[in-house]
Amino acid sequence: MCRLAMKTASKPFSPFSVLQAMESMQEGYDGSGLGLLLRGLEFSDYKYQAGDPILSGIAHTPAALSRLSEIMDSKGFELKYDHEFDVDRSRLEARDRHKYVLRVYKQPKEWDSLSQEETEHAMMMTRIGLRLDGADHGDDLTAFSLWPDVAMIKEVGWPLEIGQAFGLDNDRIKSRICFAQGRQNTNYGINLYACHPFFIEGVATMTNGENTAFGPIRDWLSGKGYPGYMGYQSDSEVFAHILHYVTKQLKLPLETYKHVITPLSNSELADHPQGDFLLGLRNVCRRLIIDGPNAVIGSLADETCLLAMDAKKLRPATVGGKPGEWAMASEMCGVDALIPDRDRSKDLQPMREHTIIIPPDRKELQIWSQYDQFTLNQAA
Amino acid sequence: MVSIRSIHSQPGSLSPNDLPWIIKHQPDRCTLCGKCAAVCPVNTLKLAYMRKRMPKVVLSSTERGSSFKTFVGIRQRTDVGRRCVGCGSCAMVCPNEAITPVYNANDRYRYQATAGGEPVKRGGRRNEPGASLLDRIIFNRISMLTDPALDAGRHEFSCNTLLGRVLSPEEYVRRKMSGEWIPPVREIFPFVIGSMSFGALSPNMWLGLLQGVAYCNEVLGIPVVMATGEGGCPPWVLKSPFLKYVILQIASGYFGWDEIIRAIPDMQCDPAAIEIKYGQGAKPGDGGLLQWFKVSKLIARLRGVPEGVDLPSPPVHQTLYSIEESVMKMIQSMSMAWNFKVPVYPKISGSTSAKSVLNNLVRNPYASALMIDGIDGGTGAAYDISLNATGHPIASNVRDCYLDLCAQGKQNEIPIFAAGGVGKNGNVVQNGLALIMLGASGVHIGKFIMQSAAGCLGSERNRCNVCNIGVCPKGITSQNAKIYRRLDPDDVAQRLVETFQSIQTEIKKTMAPLGRSQSLPIGMSDALAIADKAAADRLKIRYVC
Repeated sequence: MCRLAMKTASKPFSPFSVLQAMESMQEGYDGSGLGLLLRGLEFSDYKYQAGDPILSGIAHTPAALSRLSEIMDSKGFELKYDHEFDVDRSRLEARDRHKYVLRVYKQPKEWDSLSQEETEHAMMMTRIGLRLDGADHGDDLTAFSLWPDVAMIKEVGWPLEIGQAFGLDNDRIKSRICFAQGRQNTNYGINLYACHPFFIEGVATMTNGENTAFGPIRDWLSGKGYPGYMGYQSDSEVFAHILHYVTKQLKLPLETYKHVITPLSNSELADHPQGDFLLGLRNVCRRLIIDGPNAVIGSLADETCLLAMDAKKLRPATVGGKPGEWAMASEMCGVDALIPDRDRSKDLQPMREHTIIIPPDRKELQIWSQYDQFTLNQAA
Repeated sequence: MVSIRSIHSQPGSLSPNDLPWIIKHQPDRCTLCGKCAAVCPVNTLKLAYMRKRMPKVVLSSTERGSSFKTFVGIRQRTDVGRRCVGCGSCAMVCPNEAITPVYNANDRYRYQATAGGEPVKRGGRRNEPGASLLDRIIFNRISMLTDPALDAGRHEFSCNTLLGRVLSPEEYVRRKMSGEWIPPVREIFPFVIGSMSFGALSPNMWLGLLQGVAYCNEVLGIPVVMATGEGGCPPWVLKSPFLKYVILQIASGYFGWDEIIRAIPDMQCDPAAIEIKYGQGAKPGDGGLLQWFKVSKLIARLRGVPEGVDLPSPPVHQTLYSIEESVMKMIQSMSMAWNFKVPVYPKISGSTSAKSVLNNLVRNPYASALMIDGIDGGTGAAYDISLNATGHPIASNVRDCYLDLCAQGKQNEIPIFAAGGVGKNGNVVQNGLALIMLGASGVHIGKFIMQSAAGCLGSERNRCNVCNIGVCPKGITSQNAKIYRRLDPDDVAQRLVETFQSIQTEIKKTMAPLGRSQSLPIGMSDALAIADKAAADRLKIRYVC
């Protein structure tokens, strides 16, 4: 099983603190791997300039690394900073990792004329290009993300060990948001791409539990013909893609994500102020209904964070914190480890109808219920 | 001994041993009440006085050697028209268990059943006993990884499906925001009572079904709908609030549509949907057929035809050249008749060309679904060869169509309904859910409902199957009041409700271990397996052994 920990704070913090929180929940996962997503980065030896895309991945061989550099060069990316992890390879299980890539680029000049949407798409296509290039060469190149202010690390092994092996305890990297998940996906075979969190165009999620409706959801998303909807080495990847689809393709408010994955019943919709719209939405997004058991933790490009449960609340999650600093974890001890000096009486285990939203200002969390009205562009 | 100089034997002469069912009669138990002969729907039983020689050894020349004894007994007629059909009505009425039909696998009847040059016609479905492919599909993706978290008895399950054109999410949001037309969609129970016409079924059967359907909807909250088949609908139903549970069918004979069109201004609600029949799995290429035996006064009035004439619908819709044209014209005409508030969809025979029809529908914004009826579908009347050997098995047909929709990303937009052999051997939920996980949005069940709700005696060993001549021993498919009064509509309704309650429970019992409860697992083929490599490869499901 897996455990999740997430912290978001106005002041950047070390990802190692989140790994320590994972350790407090160690009975809950098998320690087969670690996935980390850092957003809102701060490097001790480099002044990051907002908006510069950051590439995260692994070059498993020198040839892969040189191909990566060539591809990025050919597209017009200009390397600004190449973060060298202080890797202690003796603490890692994997032996075929030539270089863990964390590079900051200046985006190609030709992209200056592109709209925001086009630029985002171009970044996604570049990441997919790298991924496919790796697949064409015996999976010697792995690309997790290419996005401003986002770094991702995925590796096989015990989470805390991996953190120490990467030297994450030396404070060279800090971030305002850190997602950690403590398990390689073992549902469908070991694969680095199968490890949470999942990332697509600024949208990231991680999940615990099993997505039993994975097959039909994957089939539907694949059929959309959108280049980013690929991979699916993990049943949980679809949660990120659904969040992306709802917010970026349908351009609906974040609240509707919950209505898509766990729609209300007919009788509940009959009393809902937007029941008519939501009933139709349930029909058209029927193939995206999840069955759980799942707790989904996600974040958007603007540093909004969210937590939503499956429709029967069959997986645990706790959220707690204080203004400027909030944490979500599978277990209360995880939140304790992340923010010990909070008012615990205000901790919350969201119910099945809740979406917890922590806005970018991090002043307070919003407990949004599916029964509540939300703002839609036009009365529907 | 009497010498046999000649045997009166024609090519068509048959003895009881040549027939598919042999009457086993035990004279020592028989009370001579005569009920068996009275009830026999095909008049095969002959009550007769018979004479038996009583040989006696006599030495005196003045005395006769033998005497004769007369007795009353039962004989089985052996002519084709009155052969025993194995229904077992005689056994049902016999007070002393003295009589029963016994299946005979060595029959020669089939070679002689073409008297007058007319091939065998019958009701029922394909005579192919044994486990069907659908019976062999199992559900094996048991959610053990995160515990089987669901409890079929305790948790809430959403087992319903959608009938109607579903827009893509992008188009839905766009239309909703700009206030445009959203196609009608019905949320229904995925097991639909398939098209059986008022005419094919007796009035009591039809009424019982409707009563049961209304109870399922209004008391139990199971949104069961039933399809009428071609032949209209009694006006009191058309003008009742129960019409919303009825799918009206229009086919090439347009039987009953005068009444329907006239009733539109008086309708209290819209029908569940309109089904346009282009083909039927049991008899592809044939139109509907109601033989003259069943065209009673009531049926004649409802259909606007004279009494006692054969009512064959033409194989094709006479006003149309092709399915494309039909899609354009009929679907739009029907949609318009109900103000674009009722889903309209075609029903076709299972066929290698089903995908072409489907792709045509995908491009028609008014087409609401596609119903495909496979070779194992049942009927009230068809030629034997149509029933047994013409058509396409439903499983691979549905699968191909579904995967085609998936490739286009449109699997949520046009629901595929499947029929033909669902519950053939009683495994109705196993069969239905297998089709649903192969990609169907729901299934139609006809024969199973007759068997379960009304005790239909038909089997795939050609038992009974006389639905076509109106002598149904249970009163299900007869239009003769003396026969159909045997069937109490209340009893049918009761059994129908029990049937759907049990179907609902079995759906939950299947979905729970798969970890599914929030939506019907349409297309969840990763949960399916079969111990047949060729079938697994063809259906793209897992092979297990």
